[in-house]
Amino acid sequence: MWLEVGFALIKILIIWGAVSFLVAYMVYFERKVIGHIQVRMGPMRVGYHGLLQPIADGLKLFLKEDIIPHQADRPVFLMAPLFALIPAFIVYSVIPISGNFFIANIDIGIIYILGISSLGVFGIVMAGWASGSKYSLLGGFRSAAQLISYEIFLGFALIGPLMVAGSLNLLEIVEAQKNVWFIFYQPLAFVLYFVAGLAETNRHPFDLPEAETELVGGFHTEYSGMKFAFFFLAEYANMMVICSIGAIIFFGGWQIPQFLETIISGGVDLVTSLVASALGAAPTGLASLVQNIGGVVKAVLISGPLWFFLKVLFGMFLFFWIRGTLPRFRYDRLMAMGWKLMFPLALLNIFITGIVLHLV
Amino acid sequence: MEWPFFLIFAVGMIASSVMVISLRNMVHSALSLLLSFFFVAALYVMLGAEFLAAIQILIYAGAIMMLYVFVIMLVNVREQMGVRQWNRQRAFAFIIGGLLAAEFLVILLTGFFDLLPPARVVAEGAKATAEIGNTEAFGSVLYTQFLFPFEVVSLLLLAAMIGAIVLAKREIK
Amino acid sequence: MTQVTPETIVPQVEELILNMGPQHPSTHGVLRVILRLKGEIVQGVDVDIGYLHRGVEKIGENITYAQFVPYTDRTDYVASPANNLGYVEAVEKLALMQVPARAQYIRVITAELTRIASHLLWLATHALDIGAMTVFLYCFRDREKVLDLFEIAFGARLTVHAFRVGGIYHDPPKLFYDKCTEFAREFPKAIYDYEDLLTENRIWQSRTRGVAVLSAEDAIDLGASGPILRASGVAHDVRRAEPYAAYEDFDFTIPVGKNGDVYDRYLVRVEEMRQSAFIIEQAAADLPSGKTMAKVPRVLKPKRGEVYHRIESPKGELGYYLVSDGTDRAYRLRIRPPSFVNLQSISTMMQGGLVADAVAAIGSIDIVLGEVDR
Repeated sequence: MWLEVGFALIKILIIWGAVSFLVAYMVYFERKVIGHIQVRMGPMRVGYHGLLQPIADGLKLFLKEDIIPHQADRPVFLMAPLFALIPAFIVYSVIPISGNFFIANIDIGIIYILGISSLGVFGIVMAGWASGSKYSLLGGFRSAAQLISYEIFLGFALIGPLMVAGSLNLLEIVEAQKNVWFIFYQPLAFVLYFVAGLAETNRHPFDLPEAETELVGGFHTEYSGMKFAFFFLAEYANMMVICSIGAIIFFGGWQIPQFLETIISGGVDLVTSLVASALGAAPTGLASLVQNIGGVVKAVLISGPLWFFLKVLFGMFLFFWIRGTLPRFRYDRLMAMGWKLMFPLALLNIFITGIVLHLV
Repeated sequence: MEWPFFLIFAVGMIASSVMVISLRNMVHSALSLLLSFFFVAALYVMLGAEFLAAIQILIYAGAIMMLYVFVIMLVNVREQMGVRQWNRQRAFAFIIGGLLAAEFLVILLTGFFDLLPPARVVAEGAKATAEIGNTEAFGSVLYTQFLFPFEVVSLLLLAAMIGAIVLAKREIK
Repeated sequence: MTQVTPETIVPQVEELILNMGPQHPSTHGVLRVILRLKGEIVQGVDVDIGYLHRGVEKIGENITYAQFVPYTDRTDYVASPANNLGYVEAVEKLALMQVPARAQYIRVITAELTRIASHLLWLATHALDIGAMTVFLYCFRDREKVLDLFEIAFGARLTVHAFRVGGIYHDPPKLFYDKCTEFAREFPKAIYDYEDLLTENRIWQSRTRGVAVLSAEDAIDLGASGPILRASGVAHDVRRAEPYAAYEDFDFTIPVGKNGDVYDRYLVRVEEMRQSAFIIEQAAADLPSGKTMAKVPRVLKPKRGEVYHRIESPKGELGYYLVSDGTDRAYRLRIRPPSFVNLQSISTMMQGGLVADAVAAIGSIDIVLGEVDR
């Protein structure tokens, strides 16, 4: 039994380590993407093309003075960043990176994810309240209303694909997409899910809770140093969660499309055989080495984690792209759109899915 | 192996519940209530009711508590801190609370009222859960055996919701 | 406007007072706006100004006419040549001076470049206020080009001190005119970039259409001028109504809005940038030759008298009122800054609007506090 626990701990360390690393580099990725959208280079100074920027940022935030405002409610003020960050990381315990690499496989995976990620809003609201500042409080209220509403649409948008899959288990959902990804069955659901996901993570064009130009940063106005970094990381970790769920439910998770697999393995085989024949005169050991390298390359190129990561990366790119393009919604329009447009559409989607499933 | 965990969750639940009613700052007690919901969810997991646990967190902790906290934060907490926590009804409260606790203990210890489902039903339920999964078992029971009560409850909730909207929308003269 | 402090505003029942600024990032400087709210609806707006008051007008009465020109750079500091122009032309009018035609043309080119730079800065910050981040950087990219042109011609980028009383001190090098022509040809393409991101954007429209409406009558009553007046449907432009410098020589249209909302102000300004580029192209093509500086006495002592001269600065009607008592200093100097006058229309604009629109409304006026407070 201790062996099992040990294995689980190692898996947890690997996944959380990878997630924290990726989250830090997502910030870099965003700065690069937005930079190039805006005809500039993004970070360039620290390391090659700014590759060490996240580390420098982390160090800077780590060494900053930690300020707790006089008006703040101390315990809540200190707890809020943790409340924001921890749920975002816990969710990864059920996300399958590939068919056989995950921390836990539970039957109610998707509900677990929704439940845990719904707790992240507490961090934001607690921060807004505990800061003891008007603008922070306003930011906290805005985000509470926004997140509670859009959480509903997020869940409702997922019901359609879940009905098609007939399971809440993430592994089974991915298996169900062996032939056709659910994005083709459920395009409307994906659009709704993505929009709700933007709102859930306070991203453009729904970043009202932290609108710099209106609320001067909103709920995290009073935070500095590592506590601010926690909020920042939580936001990106949540974005990764949204993209991961999107990849699992709409894009077939770690699976690679059949034709792509054929093309990639065929291509790698071709290259290795060409190289091997070019080396024909050389000692036979070299040719077999080339064959081995080709095999490894093939295995990596069609491996589940890589494709899962690529799909997540694509989702993140969509987030950044939208940030670089759209202006911000007004608060009342946001709510009106949610309840008057997205909610009925989500219900309609469920309704149609039900009819189709009944008929087929 | 289960006992230590049960102890942790149970003690945590009771402690946080006590904090809910004893803390002076309303936001703090709301957050304690949140904590207590987590412990309840953990106990559900230990009982094998994963779905219920997840729903407990999703609905109670994630949505309902959030709305509580939302409302409480609108109140001026610093003013409310000075409010006395005891009032003249406390003797009454003690008597009723004591009676309820005694009743609870009697049921638990003596099995005086046969409220627990018979062993056969429990076994069936466990078998169904093992076969078709927690969620599905839950769903099929809810939508077949308890369909009528379920519909009644949802109607009631709808009525409450409409009532709340009507009250909130009314212009205050 | 009465003296405004939170204490003087007695809150009525259920009214909430929200204080925006003077450090709020969307008030573009040190403007303080006090909103009286009923729920989300704005009941009243009080603008508190004066945080940047330096007594520029009084300074102008204590130094010679020529010495004051650099001070005008620092009123509307994002459009400094326009201020120079208003002031030097007022002095020239007072001293009955004739400015050479070439200098007039260079002034027109510079003034129109200024208009572009100012409108670009406005569009950048306004879009950023509403959350469109990319437009901000696009605009700054192109504003840099204008500032580079200023640097070529006058050696400075922000507070340019472009004009002297009597003309232009140094004729800019040929490179300047070539680059101006090139810029005027290229710039309309850049405008498409901004319009691509904003004009047809549903979110942008929902944030700006029907927001902070100012009717034509109100705009006239409040003395509004510039793009705000034109967005309300009044085709008034000092360049056309009372041509100064060499504006009667050029062909351009005055864009006019219909609804007087934030969206129309945006459209009007974008179209004005196009027209400015067009004017620059014409002026650079037909540039007369000759001197750029009139004969100016070493000590300028205009005859006794007074003069009011107005120009169309990027923000609206910029007027300079000068009284001479025959000495080398103005007896009285008074600036009519467009931002200051336009700012008072904000109460009318925001009446009954949503508090979320406050940022859009303030942004749409295009104020520079250096000019409002002087």
